Amino acid sequence: MRVVVDLTRCQGYGQCVFAAPDVFAMPGQESLLYDPDPSDEQREHVLRAQAACPVQAIHVDRLAGHVPGPRPYPYPAPDSAPDRGDGFRRSGRIVIVGASLAGVRAAAVLRRDGFAGSLTLIGDEPHEPYDRPPLSKQVLTGRMPLEHTTLPRLRDLDAEWLLGQRATGLDVAGKRVRLADGREVEFDRLLIATGARARPWPNEAEAALDGVRVLRTIEDATLLRRRLASGNGRVLVIGAGFTGSEVASVCRELGRPVTVVDRGPAPLAGALGRVIGGIAAQIQREHGVDLHCDTTVIGLDGDAEGRLRAARLSDGTTLEVETAVVGLGAVRNVDWLEGAGLAAGVWGVGCDAGCRVFDINGVVTDDIFAAGDIARFPHPAYEFQFLALEHWGNAVAQAEIAAHNMVSDQTRRWAHLALPVFWSSQFGINIKSVGVPTFADEVVIAQGSVAERRFVAVYGYRGRVTAAVTFDQAMWLEFYQRMIERAAPFPPDFAMVGRPAEMLPVPAEVPPRVAVAQGATVVVTGHDPGERRATLVRRPQ
Amino acid sequence: MAETSVFARILDYANRADPYPLYAELRETPVLRVDGRYVVSTYREVVELLHDPRISSIREEDVAGGGPSDGESLPGLPPAFIRRDPPDHDRVRRVAMRHFGPPRSPGRVEGMRGALSEIVTGLIDGFADRTRVDVVDDFAYPLPVTAICRLLGVPTEDEPRFRVWAAALVEAIDPRAGEATQRRRVEAGLELRAYLDELAEARLRQPSGDLLSALVTDDGVEGAMSRDELLSTASLLLVAGHETTVNLITNGMLTLLRHPAELDRLRRDPGRVVPLVEELLRYEPPVQMLPQRTALDDIEIAGTTIPKGATITLVLAAADRDPGHFPDPDRFDPDRADKEHLGFGGGIHFCFGAPLARLETRLALSALASRLENPRLVADPPPYRENVALRGPRHLLIEFDGVAPPPGT
Ligand SMILES: Cc1cc2nc3c(=O)[nH]c(=O)nc-3n(C[C@H](O)[C@H](O)[C@H](O)COP(=O)(O)OP(=O)(O)OC[C@H]3O[C@@H](n4cnc5c(N)ncnc54)[C@H](O)[C@@H]3O)c2cc1C
Ligand code: HEM
Ligand code: SF4
Repeated sequence: MRVVVDLTRCQGYGQCVFAAPDVFAMPGQESLLYDPDPSDEQREHVLRAQAACPVQAIHVDRLAGHVPGPRPYPYPAPDSAPDRGDGFRRSGRIVIVGASLAGVRAAAVLRRDGFAGSLTLIGDEPHEPYDRPPLSKQVLTGRMPLEHTTLPRLRDLDAEWLLGQRATGLDVAGKRVRLADGREVEFDRLLIATGARARPWPNEAEAALDGVRVLRTIEDATLLRRRLASGNGRVLVIGAGFTGSEVASVCRELGRPVTVVDRGPAPLAGALGRVIGGIAAQIQREHGVDLHCDTTVIGLDGDAEGRLRAARLSDGTTLEVETAVVGLGAVRNVDWLEGAGLAAGVWGVGCDAGCRVFDINGVVTDDIFAAGDIARFPHPAYEFQFLALEHWGNAVAQAEIAAHNMVSDQTRRWAHLALPVFWSSQFGINIKSVGVPTFADEVVIAQGSVAERRFVAVYGYRGRVTAAVTFDQAMWLEFYQRMIERAAPFPPDFAMVGRPAEMLPVPAEVPPRVAVAQGATVVVTGHDPGERRATLVRRPQ
Repeated sequence: MAETSVFARILDYANRADPYPLYAELRETPVLRVDGRYVVSTYREVVELLHDPRISSIREEDVAGGGPSDGESLPGLPPAFIRRDPPDHDRVRRVAMRHFGPPRSPGRVEGMRGALSEIVTGLIDGFADRTRVDVVDDFAYPLPVTAICRLLGVPTEDEPRFRVWAAALVEAIDPRAGEATQRRRVEAGLELRAYLDELAEARLRQPSGDLLSALVTDDGVEGAMSRDELLSTASLLLVAGHETTVNLITNGMLTLLRHPAELDRLRRDPGRVVPLVEELLRYEPPVQMLPQRTALDDIEIAGTTIPKGATITLVLAAADRDPGHFPDPDRFDPDRADKEHLGFGGGIHFCFGAPLARLETRLALSALASRLENPRLVADPPPYRENVALRGPRHLLIEFDGVAPPPGT
C-alpha cells in the first residue's frame, strides 16, 4: 500500500505514531518520518492512523483524494460543468512533460475532476515516479528502503506513460512535443512540469572524481547511501542549504565525521536569513558538525585512481575527505524549451497565477501551463513579484490549480494564491516556514525559546508580516499564515502565550534578491506595438 | 435579546437531550457576545482560536489561589497542564508524553489492549442473566477508571478507593453541584493527593513498568517536572479521561441504537468501529464546549473584536455540525471522507489521552455490538446529566434478548 503524508499540513500531533508505530515515527519533538510503502499487514494500522490524524494529512493509496478542511483560499468545489462546449473534457488531449510530483499530482487531479480525454505523461527518468524529500532523510539513514519512495496509485489513472523518454523540443504553433528518439507527441493542452536538477560541481574534472556526489534523484540517493553505509571517512558537504544541512544531519546520525562549507554567513541563510541561520549554525555545531561559513571550497583533489582524497578550503584548511556532497542548489530543466518562444530561462518558466505560461514577449498563452519547481509565478502577497519555489507543498498545490484550469473555461479558473509552506527535518528538529522569509527586512523571535530550540520567528517587511519560521512549534504556523494573509503589522506586539521576556526585532539579514537572470538577458526590439518582440540573449555565465 | 436567549437556551437543562438545533441558531452569529462572554461556534473560527497564541487556558481562580472549582486540579497543587500556558504547559506535557507514547514509550497504550478487553468481556459476561442494563452504570463507568489505574500503576486492590475519589471529583464538575458535593470533592482531592504521593514515593524506591514510575524517575532530559506537578498530572489523567470516555461510549451505544443499520454493519464488519468512533466524536462529542479561555489581547475575528481580558467559550460541538465544513452535518455517516473533527480539541491542548480513549471506545462498542442480541432503547431520549460542557446521558437503559459469547470463543 502507498502512504503520503502532506507534511505541509501535518502539525505533529503524533496520533499516527500511536496508531501505526511501525510505519510512522517521531524521533524528535515533532519531526514525522514515515514509510510510504508499508507492507499490507500494516493496512489496518495505517487506516487507523489516517482516521485519527486531527488535520487529515495522511493520504492512503492516492495522491488526489478528498482534500479535507477549508481550502487555504476560497474557490469553488470541483465542478463537472462542461467547458466551452468543445467537448475538451471528454475527448481532449493533454500531455504532461515531467512525470514527478507536480506532473503526477496534476494527472490525478485531472482524472478526479472528470477529465476523460487522453492523458500522456512524459518523463526522462526510467522509474515509476517517486517522492524526493525522503531521499535526504529516511532513505539516506537507511531507515527506509529506496523502492518505498514510489508515489501512490498511478496505474488506474488511465494514462499513457512515456517513461525514460526525454522531451527535447516544443513546437508551440504545431502543438507538438519532440522526444529524444525523434517521436512527436501532439497535444491540445500541455503542462510543463520538468522541475529542476542538482547544480553540479562547476569543475568538471573534479566533479568526475569518485566520491563527489549530488542529491536529487533516486540514483543519486542510492550511490550516496551506499557510500555512507560502507565508509567511515569524513564527508564534506558543500553548501549548507536545506539539502546540504539534511545530509549533514544524516551523517551525524550515522556517526560519520562531517564538514559543512558554505559561502554564506550561516547554514540556511539563503532561505531563512542570517539570524535564524545563526541558530542553525549553533545546532549543527552542537551535533558535532565541523562548520565553515564564509568559506568556499577552492578545489577537490583525487588520488591516482581518480578517487576523491582531499578538499582545499578558502580559509586555508585542507581536509582529507572520503565523500563530497555538492549541495549548491538546483538548475531548472528548461533546456528542452530552448527556441520554443516561451518565457523560459534560468529563472524557470514564467507563468501567471493561473499557471498559464507566458510567451517570451510576456503575453500569456492559452494552452500551455506550468507547475512545480519549474514554474515562476507572481504572488499578490509579495507585491506581485515572481516567485520560484522548490517546495513539495507548492508543487502539489500549484499542480492542482494548473490541472483545474486546464479543463475549465476562463470564468471558472482558479488562482494559485496559496502561501508557500516548507518543511525540513534535520538534527531532530522540524523546521517549517510559511510565506517568503527572504522577503523581509526584520525578524523577531515571537514565541518560545531559542535556547530550547523551540521557537517561532516572524519576519517583517516594511512594517508588515511576510513570513514565519517555526522550530518544533508547527502548531502555531497557521496563526502566522493568517497574519501574512491579512498583511498584519510587524512586529507583532500583542500579548500571547509563550512570549519571550523581550521581543526585539533585529535586521533579518536575508540575502539580496539577486537578479535571477544572471547570464541571460532579454532585449526588446521593434517599434510598432504589433512588432515589438523580446528576445533572449545568452551570455556565458 | 433574541441572541442572548440562544445561549441561555443551550445552557438550559431542558435542552440537554438535543442541543443541535440551537447550535445551528448559534452559528448564525459566529462570535456571539453573551453577558461579557464571547461564544464562538463556527468551524473556521473555532479552529482559528484553538491555534491562536493570544488565547490563554489559565484560569483566574487558579491564579488567585482560590483553587479550581472543578475536578481538573487537586487542592493545594499547581494547576494541571490543561489549565496552563506555554512554556509550562509544553514542558509538563512533554515530560508526560515522553512516558505515555512513542518514541520512548511506544507500547504503553497498545499494551493495555489485553487488559481492557478482558474487563469489557467480563462486564458483558455479567449481563448474561439479565435482559435490561444501564449502559452508563453497568458498563461505561467502570472501564475508564480501570484504564487509568492500569496506566498509572494503581494496584488492583486499591482500585475501589480510586473509584470513589474519581466519582467525587467528577461529580463536582457539574456546575449545579451543591456545597456538600464540593466539600466531598475537596476531601476526595486531599485523599487522592496523599495516596498518589505515597504511591509515587513507593515507585521512586522501587520502580515498576507503569507511568507513575516512569514519571517519578524521569531523568529531566526534556525538562523537569516537580513532584507537585506530577501529582497534578496524575489526577488530571484520572479526571480528564473519565467522564469523557464514559460519555463517548454511552453516546456511541445510543447513536448505534438510533441507527440500527449502522449497528448491523458494525456487527458484520468490526473494522468499521474505527471510522465510526471518529464520526461519533464529531456527531455526539462528549466535550461539547471548552467553556473558559481568556483573550490576552484584542482579537479580531469574523468581524468582531474580542477585547483583551474577555472570556471565550469555544463550542466544539456546534463547529462540528457546521455545514460550511461538513456537508450534511446532521447526518451520522461514518463513511464521511473528512474526519477533521474537533472532538478532541485542537492545537497545543489537543487531548493527551486520545489514543487511549480511542482504544477503550473501540473495544467497548465492538463488544456491545457483537454480543448483545437484539438490543433496544428503553427510553429515547434518555435522561441527561446536568453538565452542558461534558454532556452525556445519566443513564442509558437498554433491553436485549440475550448475550452471545465473545467472538472467537
Ligand atoms: C533531496 C531532496 C529533499 C527535499 N526535501 C524537501 C522537503 O523536506 N520539503 C519540501 O517542501 N520540499 C523538499 N524537496 C523539494 C521537492 O521534492 C520538490 O519541490 C518537488 O520534487 C518538485 O516537484 P516537481 O514535479 O515540480 O519537480 P521534480 O521533482 O524536479 O520533477 C521533474 C521531473 O521532470 C523530469 N524532466 C526534466 N526534464 C525533462 C525532459 N526534458 N523530458 C522529460 N522529463 C523531464 C525530471 O527528470 C523529473 O523527473 C526536496 C527535494 C530534494 C531533491
Ligand atoms: C472520549 C474521550 C475523550 C474526549 C472526548 C476528550 C476530549 C478532550 C478535549 C476536547 C480536550 C481539550 C481540552 C482543552 O483544550 O482545554 C482534552 C484534553 C485533555 N485530555 Fe482528553 N478526552 C478524552 C479522553 C481522555 C483520556 C482517556 C485521557 C487520559 C488518559 C485524557 C486526557 C486529557 C488531557 C491530559 C488533556 C489536556 C491536554 C492539554 O492541555 O495539553 N483525555 N481532551
Ligand atoms: S498531524 Fe497527522 S500526520 Fe502529522 S503527526 Fe499528527 S497524526 Fe501524524
